[in-house]
Amino acid sequence: MASHVVAAVDEIPPGRRKLVEVAGRNIVVFNLGGDFFALNNRCPHRGGSLAHGITTALVESTVPGEYRCSRAGEMVKCPWHGWEFDIRTGKSWCDPSRLRVRQYTVTVKEGRELVEGPYKAESFPVRVENNYVVVEA
Amino acid sequence: MNIEVRQADVHSNSKLKIVDVDIHPKSSVEDLKPYLSQRWWDHLVTYGARQRQGYSKGFPYPKMQPMASRRDSWPPDGGLPASNLAFMKQQFLDAYPIEYAIMNPLSPTGQGDQNSDFSAAMAYAANEFQLEGWHNQDSRLLASVVVPFEDAEATKVEVKRRAGDKRFAHVLLKTRTNDLLGKKQYWPVYEAAIEAGLPIGIHVFGTSGRPASSTGWPSFYIEDMTEHASCCQAQVASLVLEGVFDRYPELKIVMIEAGFGWMPSLGWRMDKNWKKLKDEVPHLKKAPSEYMREHIWVSTQPMEETETPEHLLDTMKWIGFDKIMFSSDYPHWDFDDPFLALPPSLDEATRNKIFCENARSLYRLS
Repeated sequence: MASHVVAAVDEIPPGRRKLVEVAGRNIVVFNLGGDFFALNNRCPHRGGSLAHGITTALVESTVPGEYRCSRAGEMVKCPWHGWEFDIRTGKSWCDPSRLRVRQYTVTVKEGRELVEGPYKAESFPVRVENNYVVVEA
Repeated sequence: MNIEVRQADVHSNSKLKIVDVDIHPKSSVEDLKPYLSQRWWDHLVTYGARQRQGYSKGFPYPKMQPMASRRDSWPPDGGLPASNLAFMKQQFLDAYPIEYAIMNPLSPTGQGDQNSDFSAAMAYAANEFQLEGWHNQDSRLLASVVVPFEDAEATKVEVKRRAGDKRFAHVLLKTRTNDLLGKKQYWPVYEAAIEAGLPIGIHVFGTSGRPASSTGWPSFYIEDMTEHASCCQAQVASLVLEGVFDRYPELKIVMIEAGFGWMPSLGWRMDKNWKKLKDEVPHLKKAPSEYMREHIWVSTQPMEETETPEHLLDTMKWIGFDKIMFSSDYPHWDFDDPFLALPPSLDEATRNKIFCENARSLYRLS
């Protein structure tokens, strides 16, 4: 397990995501209103790339004909078979206790912390004055 | 953000070969224009298609994803999913060890159109475009003989035209026909296919005006997707019980995109009833399930996902491991990935049968 600098914070505005390769793994990093979450890019159902999926709201219903939407943009829907996962937890909508996408720890660090190391940022220069998204993988 | 997740050359060392019996390259009406007479082109642009279904335009409900396609299947340079061969190669044909892929065009093909002469003209054009637009650009892509199946005479003409052309794999029908497929009106279609040495592929959907359910129009897409199974059961029961296979012992039928979990229960029920009601159908020479096992092939997608893995294997065993052929349904949203779709416990010989040998043998591919 190592810490990897995967993006400058500005690169992933709220509501957007970025697909990155970290230690041989494809990981998709989402920004939900300023909070960053990192999920394995492989859907646990049949392998679709979650980075290509749309995000939707949580849709719930207590009786047929009534429904409510909440947490807009916080569910990612696999671009293939439409399985939905809670970006905050990686848990699937249909079988949350058994089926989930692997999550990685994400933090935001200031450039001046990172310059001191021991972080890996091979792909782009880190500037002292910027903030960066760091994934543990 | 667009990192290529599956590298094209990853599987080049794999010994596995795949014959995919159901993919859906997309053409436009403009693609068909060179193969339509002026008379039918004018008809198309003036009056358009007259398809009979629950709603006059489009589908009764959105099909899960735009164009019912994988969201990652839209070509980066524009155009509809599976309309661009270069991108289809990158994402599908070269990304997996595809030896052949059978094209089953869904629209525009004229199938199910209320104007039968127009339906026939469109079918001809769809067949020509499969050759010119696809097969001749990549010979792994095999065509289907699209036919105006509600018009048996016109169907015979189109099948005859394609007889002996190895670029065509099967004669393509849909599951939602005007009448049950065992009825006499469709028998000339089977005769023509046998004469041409081609199996009949029956793909789910169709715009005959019949819903998938035997009773009414469903409210939800999920019902439509589920009722393909009961629709296929009704069609296979009709083919068997009307004596189609007694009359045409060489007839081979491929049920496409319906999964296959519905097969055993249909066989059991028909056999049970046949033991008591035999004299109503004296033309049957053996139990209905035996006809199913001899004459019906199935494509895998959308694969059943049973809670208990053995249930899936038992179902496959009932159908026969020599009758099951892999299909992906590329580029549609319910695509089955060849490397993940089949149950992991199948041995290599059985996987090979499903991935390629059964299709090679049925379609006489070399």
